[in-house]
Amino acid sequence: MKQVTFTLNDEIRSCLVKPNETLLDILRDRLGVKSPKCGCDHGDCGSCAVLLNGKSVRSCLIFAIECEGMEIHTLEGISKDKLTTLQEAFIAFNSFQCGYCAPGVIVTATELLANNPHPTLEEIKEALSGNLCRCTGYTPIFDAIMAVTWKENK
Amino acid sequence: MKHHKYIGHPVIRIDGREKVSGAAVFADDIDFGANLLYVEVVTSSQAHALIKSIDTSAAESIEGVVKIFTGKDFPYKFGLYMKDRYIFAQEKVRFYGEQVAAVVARTPQAAKQAARLVNVEYEPLPVLTDQMQALDEACTLIHPDLGDYEHVPWFFPRANTNIAHWRKIRKGDLDGGFAQADYILEDTYNVPRYAHCAIETHVAIGKYDHSGRLTVWSSSQSPHTQRNLFAEALAPLGLTHKDVRVITPHVGGGFGGKAGVTMEIIPAALATKLRGYAVKLRWTREQEFTNTYQRLGVIAKLRMGVTQDGVITALDHKIYWDAGAYVEYGANVVNAVGLSAIGPYRIPNVSIDSVCVYTNLPPGGPYRGFGYSEMLFGLESHIDCIADHLGIDPVQFRRKNAINEGDTTAYGAKMNPNGLIEAIDKVTAAIEWDKPLRSSDPSKVLGKGFALFWKAPAMPPNASSSAFLKFNEDASINLIISGMDIGQGYQTVMAQIAAEVLSIPPAKIRVETPDTDRNPYEWQTVASHITWSCGNAVKNAALDARDQIFSLITRVFNLPADTLYLEDEAVKCESDERFHLPLRDCVINGIMTGDGTFKGGPIIGRGMFMPEFTSTKGNPETGQGGHPNVHYTVGAGAIILEIDRETGKMRVLKAAEAVDAGCALNPDLIKGQITGGLLQGLATVLYEDMRFDEK
Repeated sequence: MKQVTFTLNDEIRSCLVKPNETLLDILRDRLGVKSPKCGCDHGDCGSCAVLLNGKSVRSCLIFAIECEGMEIHTLEGISKDKLTTLQEAFIAFNSFQCGYCAPGVIVTATELLANNPHPTLEEIKEALSGNLCRCTGYTPIFDAIMAVTWKENK
Repeated sequence: MKHHKYIGHPVIRIDGREKVSGAAVFADDIDFGANLLYVEVVTSSQAHALIKSIDTSAAESIEGVVKIFTGKDFPYKFGLYMKDRYIFAQEKVRFYGEQVAAVVARTPQAAKQAARLVNVEYEPLPVLTDQMQALDEACTLIHPDLGDYEHVPWFFPRANTNIAHWRKIRKGDLDGGFAQADYILEDTYNVPRYAHCAIETHVAIGKYDHSGRLTVWSSSQSPHTQRNLFAEALAPLGLTHKDVRVITPHVGGGFGGKAGVTMEIIPAALATKLRGYAVKLRWTREQEFTNTYQRLGVIAKLRMGVTQDGVITALDHKIYWDAGAYVEYGANVVNAVGLSAIGPYRIPNVSIDSVCVYTNLPPGGPYRGFGYSEMLFGLESHIDCIADHLGIDPVQFRRKNAINEGDTTAYGAKMNPNGLIEAIDKVTAAIEWDKPLRSSDPSKVLGKGFALFWKAPAMPPNASSSAFLKFNEDASINLIISGMDIGQGYQTVMAQIAAEVLSIPPAKIRVETPDTDRNPYEWQTVASHITWSCGNAVKNAALDARDQIFSLITRVFNLPADTLYLEDEAVKCESDERFHLPLRDCVINGIMTGDGTFKGGPIIGRGMFMPEFTSTKGNPETGQGGHPNVHYTVGAGAIILEIDRETGKMRVLKAAEAVDAGCALNPDLIKGQITGGLLQGLATVLYEDMRFDEK
């Protein structure tokens, strides 16, 4: 067991972790942050995406012990006080159905828009290629992101 | 048509904020504190084998292991339509991945480590992975006691065979129909198995408290059905329905895979032997492929007769289903399709044999479409070949034979009103069927395809829904129902229905996920029936609440109930324009009368719905009689496909689909279902299947 300290959603948090515990398990089971979901536990589905120092990662593939001193943002931290424009667009465009993939998708799309405020459809598809959704067929997700881009362009 | 304020409008989803903010709670998100135990299931490494011995001694020595259970601890059967499954394998295993034993430990790691040390010794039996092979009379019986199994009256299992159910339809004069035909085509079509692949894997947590009450939290489409099956299976332990409570939070995708009961029975049963603990089981992604329902594999043998001018005279449709090791749910897929294997066509002379065959593959069960896509793949392909042979345009051929309102279905009932011809027209126009296509790239070819479809899910004739509706002080509403929003937007649409009747905006209506102790009965969220069935229950509950309000107004103000109406959250009166009573002033605290006393009180509506016109009492040998389906949904679809001549790589350039959905209660949400379903369908055709080796 080792003490690990990192910034989680702008708050300093510490916990004792075993070397084989993933960031996903620590966030969900020890720190009470539930928006990252476990869909495959193998880094395939993207439901567990979080931002690590601003970069989206699959938290099921990251060992918590590696996160010493890092900055972690989950969906809870991205929309602490109110929903972001992107989240509002997800509601407006029905960009989710069951909602299980939504936190991971929104985290990944948030990263994309932070780095590239006006992505093309191809760039959006590329950025979200690691996030699986079984319900929507993806189009409404792309539409919501495009709408945010368009809004800010105006 | 009456003007509607909420029905038919693209009302924003009421579960949107929860789902995009990460606040939505799924089964895996619930905390159970320090008394949480983790289950790791020891699964069969064999597809068909006798269990010679199970040695748990090495596993027991792992630190953190609380207890290890095997089939001996739970010698109970369960099943939805046929009791042919076991909580844990008894003397033998029937598919690779079947639950043989379970380790319960204080950490997931200890449970996993110990499960690997459970040593199961098997004596292999012949493995049947092919349904045609399993039909052979001389072959191994997967269920030697089939003749003794309890089942619903509309199943016809054959003892001493691997046939779990045989749905037969005989209509008209088959030989006569073929004699009238100018052309007869015979062919065989295969469709493989598929997996649902919801992003959330199956999760269930059971807790049996010290007072003897069992609560199960599960990721499920069927809370009340689960309660019923848990209570039935665990009845030998003294549990009754009152003692069993099922709580189903948000579900991360279902597609039929979370209907009925599969792995949820394991933590439910284990909990009964571990009083006071919460016992959690979460399937891995791998287990999703080996031990949940899968879509059944199909081999269909079709023989169709047509006249020279393209009229279908006879159809002989034999469908052999690889239904897997247990068919307690899957056999009803076989039944539903057997009743409907004429497709949306008018065919006078019909023979259908839909045969549910046990194999040593994972249990087959409901998957989006409930067997219809598998059946339609063969039928629609066959029709294309016939139209091509006759030199008739395939759309024209379909239009000519399309079933109309009042035509008889395969089992003799009248076809319901439908928009099939309109759907054909719309898709023909959208895909520009008559416009020739040629790729500008010489290495590619372009083509168009067209198909019709129908679906009716053959539910039990008494599948019902019910609803409670309670007002709050500000005239907001809690709508208490037990369907599951598995993504389709059910909660929103139910709120729209209550909103329409009671003039309360949907945004002021809260719909929560169900808890069988508090929410009224709902059969299951399956069969594409929930909007219709539960929607009628909600409408009845809202009307009940409205009538209570009107009767109170009549009592206090002496205004006739038939002059009262609701508008903008207030009661108004046709005969007295000045009368205006906001609902918030009467729905909880009643109305004060002249002497300072109050009349009325909290308004609570109740409603229920059961399709009282359905019946499964058809003749077992012909299927004639009865009314096993509530109604058929029909539609048409077409695509433009590009194929690379050299690599064979395919791209769908355009897809058009028209579904007669009746009144689209929320057009945006139903569009989401149609496009999501279309894409899932394309994925199954282009990218997915399941393959098995001999083990």
